[in-house]
Order: sequence, then C-alpha cells, then structure tokens
Amino acid sequence: MKAWIAFWSILLKDMRAYYLKPPNVSWGLIFPLAWTGMFFVKSGSGVESVRDLLPGVVTLSVLFGATSLLAVTVTFEKKGRSFDRLLLAPIPLDVLMLAKTMGAILFGVANAFVPILLGAMLTDLSSVNWFTLVSGVVLIAVSSTFLGLFIAVSVSEVFEAQTFSNFFRFPMIFLCGLFFPIERLPQFLRPLSYILPPTYGTDILRASMSRPSSLPLALNFLALGLFCVALFGGSLLNVRRRWIA
Amino acid sequence: MTAEGESAIDVHGLAKRFGDVQAVAGVDFQVSKGELFGFLGPNGAGKTTTINMLTGLARPDAGTIRIAGIDCSKHPKAAQHLMGIVPDESNLYPELTGFANLSFCGSLYGMSKHDREARARELLDRFGLNEAANRKFAGYSRGMKRKLTIAAGIIHSPPILFLDEPTTGIDVAAARQIRQLVAGLNAGGTTVFLTTHYIEEAERLCRRIAFIVKGRIVRADTVENLMRQTGGQHAMDFTVSKDAVRLCAEIVAQFPGLQCRAPADGSIRIESSEPVRVGPLVRLMEDRGAEVSEARKIRPSLEEVFVAITGIEAGTMRQEKEKKMGGNA
Repeated sequence: MKAWIAFWSILLKDMRAYYLKPPNVSWGLIFPLAWTGMFFVKSGSGVESVRDLLPGVVTLSVLFGATSLLAVTVTFEKKGRSFDRLLLAPIPLDVLMLAKTMGAILFGVANAFVPILLGAMLTDLSSVNWFTLVSGVVLIAVSSTFLGLFIAVSVSEVFEAQTFSNFFRFPMIFLCGLFFPIERLPQFLRPLSYILPPTYGTDILRASMSRPSSLPLALNFLALGLFCVALFGGSLLNVRRRWIA
Repeated sequence: MTAEGESAIDVHGLAKRFGDVQAVAGVDFQVSKGELFGFLGPNGAGKTTTINMLTGLARPDAGTIRIAGIDCSKHPKAAQHLMGIVPDESNLYPELTGFANLSFCGSLYGMSKHDREARARELLDRFGLNEAANRKFAGYSRGMKRKLTIAAGIIHSPPILFLDEPTTGIDVAAARQIRQLVAGLNAGGTTVFLTTHYIEEAERLCRRIAFIVKGRIVRADTVENLMRQTGGQHAMDFTVSKDAVRLCAEIVAQFPGLQCRAPADGSIRIESSEPVRVGPLVRLMEDRGAEVSEARKIRPSLEEVFVAITGIEAGTMRQEKEKKMGGNA
C-alpha cells in the first residue's frame, strides 16, 4: 500500500475544498487581520512598536488559522460521515491524521506571513533571524493544529469545535504573553501561561526579532515539541476511543 | 487476494456491548468466496454494529473476524484493503465532482493517478453517470448519489463488498438498476455482504440469508431451506370455471387430510401437511363438471418466513427504515 498517495491526495483535497470555507475565512483570516490592524493602529507608539507587536500578532494569526481549519476538515467530515470513509481505508491512523492536519499546518504558516508582510512594509526587518522565526512559526503552526485536532476529535458539531476552540484561544491571547508580558500577569495566573503552547512560540518569535525573551530558546523549542507530541498522541487516542470504539 | 478454499468472511463468537445494551451477542457465520450473503434484521438488531466490527470501524468485545483468512484484530488494515464498503448513507464529498470523488477514493487505496482515473471513467460509464461526471456530488439526485457511492466502494476492485441498505430511499427505477449492478458484480466473482430492509430484494439477490434479532442470529440458511423449514404446510391454488365453494366442500369430504378454502370466485386453495397430489383433485373437480384451467404450487414468501422466524412485521421494519432515511421507495 502506497500510503503517500493517500496522504498527498487527502492534503490536496482538503486544501482545495476547505481553505475558503466561511469559518476559515472569518476565524482564520479576517479575525487575525482585524486584531493585527487594531494593535498596529492603537499601539500609540508608531511604527517603532511594530517589532514589539509582531510576535504576538503572528502567533495569533497562526493559532486562529490552524485551529479553525481543523474544525472543518475533521469535525465537519465526521458529522457528514465522510470521515468514516478515511477510517475505513487501509491507511495507518497516524498517517491519516497527519494528512488531515498538514493542510492546517500549511494554512497556519501562510497566515503567519500576512502580518509579517504587513510589518515589513512598516518597519525594517533586516535584523530578524529568519531561521529562528520560520522554525518558530512552523512549530507554532504544528502545535496549534494539534490543539485544534485535539478539540475537533472531542466534539461532534462544527459550532462546538469553534466554541470549544475559543475557550482556549481567547484566554491564550492574554495569558501567553502575546501582547502583555507574562511578568505583568498576577502571580496566580502565571503557571497557566506555562501550560499553554503559544507562550513558548511567542517567546521564540520575540528572540528571532532581537526582543527580550523570557526563556532560553532551546527550552522554548523543546517545550513546543513536547506539546506537539502530547497533543497528537492524545488526539490519536481520542480517535481510537471515540470513533473506532 | 483470497486464498483458495478459505471463507471470504469468517465470524466466530462476535460480541459488542454499549453500556447496558448488548448490541451483538455471540454472532457466528461464514460467507463463502463469491457468495451473495444477506444479513437481515429490524432496526436495532445489531446489523450496523456487526458491519462496523467487520469493516474495522468498531472493536469487538469478544470473538474473531477473518476476512479472506486475515485476522482483523491483528491486521485490520490488510483486511480493509480487500474490502469495498458502501455505507447506508451516501457519504461522498459534496463539494467534489463525481469524477473527483471516485478518483479521490481510489487514491485512498494507493492507486496511481493513471489507474484510478481510468477506473473512475470506466465506473461512471458502467453506472450510467457519464453526463454527471463533472457535476458536484451535492447536486446529484438520491439515486445518482447511491450509484456513485457504490462505484466508490468498488473503485479498487475489492474481492469482498459490504453493501449496507443499497436501495433504501431511492426510486423504483434506480433501485432496480442498483440490484442489477449488484447481481452483476456478484456474477463477476465479488463476494457481497448485503444488509437490506427490503426482504423481497434479499430473496431475489441472495443465495443465503442470516436473520439477526436482538444481537443474535436466529436463523442462517439458503433461501430455499429457510422457506422449506418454515412453511411446514403445502399449498396449491386451483383456478376453476364454477362452483368453487361447493367443490371445496366435496374435496374436504373426499380427502379428509386436506383443508380447502375458496377465497374468491373461481379460485380454490388447498392446504395440507403432506404434499398435495394434483391428479385426484383435478379428476374430482372435472367429474363434478368444473373445468380446471390452472393448478399452481404456492411457496411461502421470504417475508412470511421472516415474520414467522422473528415475529416482526416486515412492513413495519421497512417503514421505520424509510422514515429514518427520509426515503420514499
């Protein structure tokens, strides 16, 4: 069995069929763009603040883009029973779920470059460590996608997936140091920051833009990698428990 | 492929419980290679749970399943490669065209682009869907959706096909066409495992049938044997030119082992626990001046057999399913 044929086919089908679905456009594109615009306009300190804001805005765009897509590609298909067709095909479950998530990872990465391109128009980004930034963006996209997958396989309806996603996404905006440093959060909230993946992703992006970061770079990468493994493993377990029970 | 001499499907002691409900309770059956096997039962009998376990969408609590000799608990993906699965709902992708749906389904079985596109064209032609090939699946009629879903199930030419309610909720013409397609697939060597609420459909298509009620198989046999075992009574219908009621009384008087009714003018029904001898009866009726224009042996229908075995009215079962599927067939 040539699993890569199925992998590639699922990825292309999802990209063609779902990238422009209304929930993705609203939550994945319009909402982060609106936030980006709002922060750039209301920051009050002119274009100099762009590099301070960019890590948070990029993380936000990736987070919302990647998680929104999963609610459609997984929950929508499960609801319509076309996902059963994939589960009944002779494809290993991990390959299948990677194929279903790859479209969202790419969507998240593409989303990241919307604010980066906007930022490049407003300020000089020549000192950015692009390798670190791109690596960070990819890891944020992977961890956000797997968070979206974990949510998508835990619910039955698309609206539930979106609502449940917001239950995580909105607190992350404030808890993960996207726009307010974690150090300024009340002491009792800080532990929450460190159990949420975007905290580490934003810190990587901040370091890539020569901005002060809270944790060592290697620790940030390690933490995000562990989140990816845990969320993907948890999602596979959930699929086996709920859908192949 | 299926090894020589092995069953296509071999199930032993299959059981599945959901909370307090024992959905399937120790089911055993075998389906031979090339057989068209019917699996009948009312809603909630355990049919879908059984199919889900056979196809790998549910894990059994107990029992073994072998598909073409492959142990499904150990090698579920290898077994899935040999199966084509047509669920009771047409679950293809609404935003893809008919052709794209078939090609996509082929890719799930590792078929190359060239092979799956050639096969998709062949199936669209065979199922009479050529003109709709480039239309989105969402715009198909219910019958067309059903046909394309069956085509998707056989895109990889599987030796074993699971068909769950293939004709429920579609019009008579489309249902007839699908039945012909299924019979054609079976004639071509495909083993077919069919569940249906239309008992006459099972009677027409299947060689063997299993009745499942409350998670247990209550009877599994050839259609012929099921009818023979359940009927018990032998019946003949005669068409006579006159005096059917009077002739009935004379027959009962002359042949004490027979029961006789005249349900309509010119018609006589004879029933007996022994085979009915036609000659003496015809002679008697002709001696009494009646002309016998037809004598016909009456076989019980599979529907009557189903009712006798399960105690469930087949019509009720059919209506329940059609209501659930929103169908009108």
